Amino acid sequence: MLLTITTTRTPATDLSYLLHKHPGKLQAVELSQGVAHIFYPHADDDKCTVALLLDIDPIGLVRKSGEGGPDSFTLGHYVNDRPYVASSFMSVAIARAFSTAMNGTCQKRPELVDVTMPFEVTISVLSAARGGELLIRRLFEPLGYAVTVEQYVLDDNFPEWGQSKYFTVTLKADLKLKDLLSHVYVLIPVLDNEKHYWVSQQEVEKLLQKGERWLRDHTEKEQIIKRYLRNIGGLAKNALARLTDDAPEGSAHDDGERDIAKEKLHDKRLKVVLDELVSSGSNTVVDLGCGEGKLLKMLLREKQFKKILGVDVSYRTLEKAARRLVFDEMPPKQKERIEIMQGALTYRDKRLVGFDAAAIVEVIEHLDLNRLKAFERVVFEFAKPGTVVLTTPNREYNELFETMEAGTMRHTDHRFEWTRVEFETWATDVAKRNNYSVSFKPVGDVHERVGAPTQMAIFKRKVDGNEE
Amino acid sequence: METRSKELKIPELSLVMLIGVSGSGKSTFAKKHFKETEIASSDRCRAIVSDDENKQEATDDAFALLHYIAARRLKNGLLTVVDAINVQPESRASLVRLAREYHCIPVAIVLDVPERVCEARNAQRPDRNFGGHVLYQQRSQLKRSLRKLKDEGFRHIHVLKSTDEIEAISHIAREKLYNDRKELGGPFDIIGDIHGCFDELMELLTKLGYAVVRVAVQHRNFGFQVIPPAGRTVVFLGDLVDRGPKSPDVLRLVMSMVHAGTAFCVPGNHDIKLHKYLQGKNVQVQHGLEKTVEQLAQEDDGFRSDVKEFLYDLVSHYVFDRGRLVVAHAGLKEEMQGRGSGVVRTFCLYGETTGEIDEFGLPVRYNWALEYRGKAMVVYGHTPVPEAQWLNRTIDIDTGCVFGGKLTALRYPEEELVSVQAKQVYETPVRPIDFELHQQMLTHQQSHDDVLDIEDVTGKRIIATRLRNNVTVKEENSIAALEVMSRFAINPKWLIYLPPTMSPSEASELEAYLEHPVEALQYFRSQGIEKVICEEKHMGSRAVLIVGKDEEAIRSRFGVEHEGIGVCYTRTGRNFFNDPRLEKEFLLRVNQALTTSGFWDTLNTDWVCLDAELMPWSVKAQALLKDQYAAVGTAATASLRNVVDVLGQTASRNIDGIEQLLSRFQQKQDLIDDYKTSYHQYCWPVNAVDDLTLAPFHILATEGAVHTDKSHAWHMNTIQVICDADPALFLATTHKIIDVFDDGQVDEVVHWWTNLTGQGGEGMVIKPYDFVAIGRKGLVQPAIKCRGKEYLRIIYGPEYTEAENLDRLRNRNLSFKRSLALREFALGVEALERFVRKDPLRKVHECVFAVLALESEEVDPRL
Repeated sequence: MLLTITTTRTPATDLSYLLHKHPGKLQAVELSQGVAHIFYPHADDDKCTVALLLDIDPIGLVRKSGEGGPDSFTLGHYVNDRPYVASSFMSVAIARAFSTAMNGTCQKRPELVDVTMPFEVTISVLSAARGGELLIRRLFEPLGYAVTVEQYVLDDNFPEWGQSKYFTVTLKADLKLKDLLSHVYVLIPVLDNEKHYWVSQQEVEKLLQKGERWLRDHTEKEQIIKRYLRNIGGLAKNALARLTDDAPEGSAHDDGERDIAKEKLHDKRLKVVLDELVSSGSNTVVDLGCGEGKLLKMLLREKQFKKILGVDVSYRTLEKAARRLVFDEMPPKQKERIEIMQGALTYRDKRLVGFDAAAIVEVIEHLDLNRLKAFERVVFEFAKPGTVVLTTPNREYNELFETMEAGTMRHTDHRFEWTRVEFETWATDVAKRNNYSVSFKPVGDVHERVGAPTQMAIFKRKVDGNEE
Repeated sequence: METRSKELKIPELSLVMLIGVSGSGKSTFAKKHFKETEIASSDRCRAIVSDDENKQEATDDAFALLHYIAARRLKNGLLTVVDAINVQPESRASLVRLAREYHCIPVAIVLDVPERVCEARNAQRPDRNFGGHVLYQQRSQLKRSLRKLKDEGFRHIHVLKSTDEIEAISHIAREKLYNDRKELGGPFDIIGDIHGCFDELMELLTKLGYAVVRVAVQHRNFGFQVIPPAGRTVVFLGDLVDRGPKSPDVLRLVMSMVHAGTAFCVPGNHDIKLHKYLQGKNVQVQHGLEKTVEQLAQEDDGFRSDVKEFLYDLVSHYVFDRGRLVVAHAGLKEEMQGRGSGVVRTFCLYGETTGEIDEFGLPVRYNWALEYRGKAMVVYGHTPVPEAQWLNRTIDIDTGCVFGGKLTALRYPEEELVSVQAKQVYETPVRPIDFELHQQMLTHQQSHDDVLDIEDVTGKRIIATRLRNNVTVKEENSIAALEVMSRFAINPKWLIYLPPTMSPSEASELEAYLEHPVEALQYFRSQGIEKVICEEKHMGSRAVLIVGKDEEAIRSRFGVEHEGIGVCYTRTGRNFFNDPRLEKEFLLRVNQALTTSGFWDTLNTDWVCLDAELMPWSVKAQALLKDQYAAVGTAATASLRNVVDVLGQTASRNIDGIEQLLSRFQQKQDLIDDYKTSYHQYCWPVNAVDDLTLAPFHILATEGAVHTDKSHAWHMNTIQVICDADPALFLATTHKIIDVFDDGQVDEVVHWWTNLTGQGGEGMVIKPYDFVAIGRKGLVQPAIKCRGKEYLRIIYGPEYTEAENLDRLRNRNLSFKRSLALREFALGVEALERFVRKDPLRKVHECVFAVLALESEEVDPRL
């Protein structure tokens, strides 16, 4: 909510010319959700400090953003850090209050624009949600700043709650004011990483314009663009493409690396599952827990499958699947082969009866253990597909994921992850109780001690004591 | 010639085909005798699909529509009249098939009017300009049809041979089916398969309070006089004979009672086979028939003939008590109840069979009751079972007396089972019955309820509740609820209740207040409710607890195995605790307090469902507290400290406006401090059960009782006793009972609330003195909350008390929230009532599912 800029270049009050703001007055600019005050806590020849103070209307903020749809701010809206942090609102205020300086114009003293001066900037407080101090340094240090941070604990009364994501940041460097302003203009919202209300195609232009002098060579270029244009993948790619001729490389970030590994494993898993379904000779198949429809797409390509049904409990995910499959514009011949619908694997469902095969990929670990009995009956007693291909993580393999803490699970929604023995015991019992036979296969690279990352069971329904 | 006016009789539920050539007056006849909605006319359908009621090209589409309309009506049990030419056998055949499909009776009414009359009528109508040959052809088809109607399957055929005869019909009388005895409400004593076990039958009747006296045989009296207990009637479920030792005596007693009007009887498959035998038809004399035949040989011809007549007259099934009770020997599916057809009769006798033969050489039976969703209770026999058990509102009470089991009666409407033990094993069953099997196992219903059907929860749903009639759930809300329920909720067998949302009071007009007791009390005054209870509102998380006396109580009543002695779940049906060890300890402590306080005996129960607040808030809301409340607090504190520092430095420069700005931000600092103080009160670390505080406020249900018929004073007093048993864990809720029209008492409550909230209390909840209160405008809000000024900071933000903010916040609309609260309240109570009266789980689940679905409605979360 507060930004101060100090210079010690004599005469320091030159800063007021550059900023086009009188040092002896309290001034204000209107913002959409409040007002920004501009004043000088200090103004003499040796030292001059300007302060930009945001005074955000907390009630108006919520009332107006409510119209922007359910995503604009989530529950607890009125209790919100927005009025107290430096966020995209600060960038807007900078642009409003110091527009001439940012553009590098100064009518009265044009020679000052390109003068390199010693500056000290304080931002209070910055939220660095994912990345913390390390990210602050990675963003500012390559631009030549000496960075000092003060981090705050979440709550003095409850030290066990740990550190907060908030910092007061002090930056020191010798540079031109217009560059300094463009740095903070772009990097404050990058650090904040909250969805803000003004990301649009126009923002790509603004980013390119403000960042033209320095972003191209910044080591964290990709992350800056990504976070700045948060949640708008298309826009980010677009901006990146225009900024560099290189294809986007894999980010050096840990999260990114694991995401890619995960993605690879998932694709491999689906391929293996598809192969099993194909070799089972099935013509009709149901994908239980189809998610966004990756496997459905693969199944569609195999002409062996005459009837494909995708089921998921999340309606939103199904909508995504429909978009992915371009369901609305699918040619009629293709459309008659595939259907998607909402369903839950803990409720008996007539619509699931009569399929040759079912795929249940990475689903059971999202059910509470005591609900597995209902799941078993729904699938094996009532739906009774001829073949069931079921996968789940192999917990033993977790120790090979370097970024995973011991004792944690691969996904926050996982209710359990099984060792190979645990999984095989369960699956064998299920098969026995429901007159199926079962075999097991590893999915992914097999480590000699801990096995493969994913384990798979292939169930075949027996008919009169024989496999179907 | 004058024809006498005449009444025409047809069965109440029939598919009536009017048969006659063009111009014979079918439409006029139909309009005169039937309701407009009962008539499906081919001309009308032709017009609907083509805009021209004479367009012959549209005939196929028109008949498709006509059939569709007729099918829907018949499915819904509504008489339907088909107004079409119907002179061709193939067009009638498809309609007869339709009638059979819905077990309705096809009726033919033929309008056989002379050709010249029809011709003259058609000539009057410019749109019917077809040639004479058409009429001639129709006429000859009609003539040929008349002889065939009976073979085509029509049981009721009325041929009206002239316009005079047609006009003479003054009225069409609709006759009830024999099975329709809806006007009789009982009470009944329904008795299962007897199979000649006369001694056991006598014992059972005596046990049920019937006085049975042997008397001399007179006309229509076969040797018994029976005096039932006040107003009661017996219903025999058939299979009176075969296998057992005294079939003729059983017949004599049953026939005496039926003729005297003290009993009803439906036929069983054995009875029907005996009838065939007596008719001299070729039947195999086995499966126990040989014994009956032998026993009857000792009787005279007159008795045998009476038996034959009696069996012939038996009606396949009965529908009693305004459709609430159906009896049939082998049970009956909903779509067949109260209908008449060969298929219905067969089902009543044999139930559903798959056509396969099992290892004992017996037909494989399909248990139709598994899928039964009907409203009527169905009581049946036919299949011997070790124990009579409810399944989806149906019950098989054939407990295999003749095989050495029991002879069982069901008392209706008491739903009480009364049995007598077989005196000996008269016959060994082909398929063994394990009479000990039911011990230590879940009931049929409980096993069945392990898996619910998705059809019972998805789509748009309308749920009938006792408190508020029908509650509708939109499809989009069911969609949302399905995801939450299946991903996060606990085992549905536990979920017998979800609490309703609670509305706050109207915004206060008092300066510096958004909520105040004055408005809350005013609400009750406006509803005409005098007496209310004001309870302190604890700031924790809502928790519903199911606690059993022991694990066995949970198994036998909830059908939950290996999940402990109870459960504690949140308002959205999730497990309250993440730590199973803590949960177990906690439930054990609650269980011990209930035991120590003598609760089980006082309420004569071995389980309880409690509605409570569990503290601290931080135990459940840790993430919310850290990510949101603490985060905002620390960001604001740090920022404001820097801001106030900088403004302080600036103040020395004597710039206009800086002083005001400084005080403005210092004020914000104070508000943030207040805000932090506010949420801090609701947080403390929890390492063991002793760190938890449980404040129950409703005893929702115990065995056989939903306690919504009691006052809140009863709830508070009964809870006080439990709290006293373990004050370290339990917290009794302070409360005041006042008259809202007494200014002195109102002032006292306002004062109390002001103190309470001034010391950091969340606020209070005001409820009508009676749990369920009906006011001037119907059902009254079960509770209105009135939250404290400081507490509201964590709802509306630290700075909400600033005058300009309060003015804006006062503008809030409560009507939707209140309507939701009433609907959810009605659903919650309904769920409990259904559970307590042992409805199938799906009936309970649909109510809690609906509460969850309604909770997905978009409503201001701060209310």
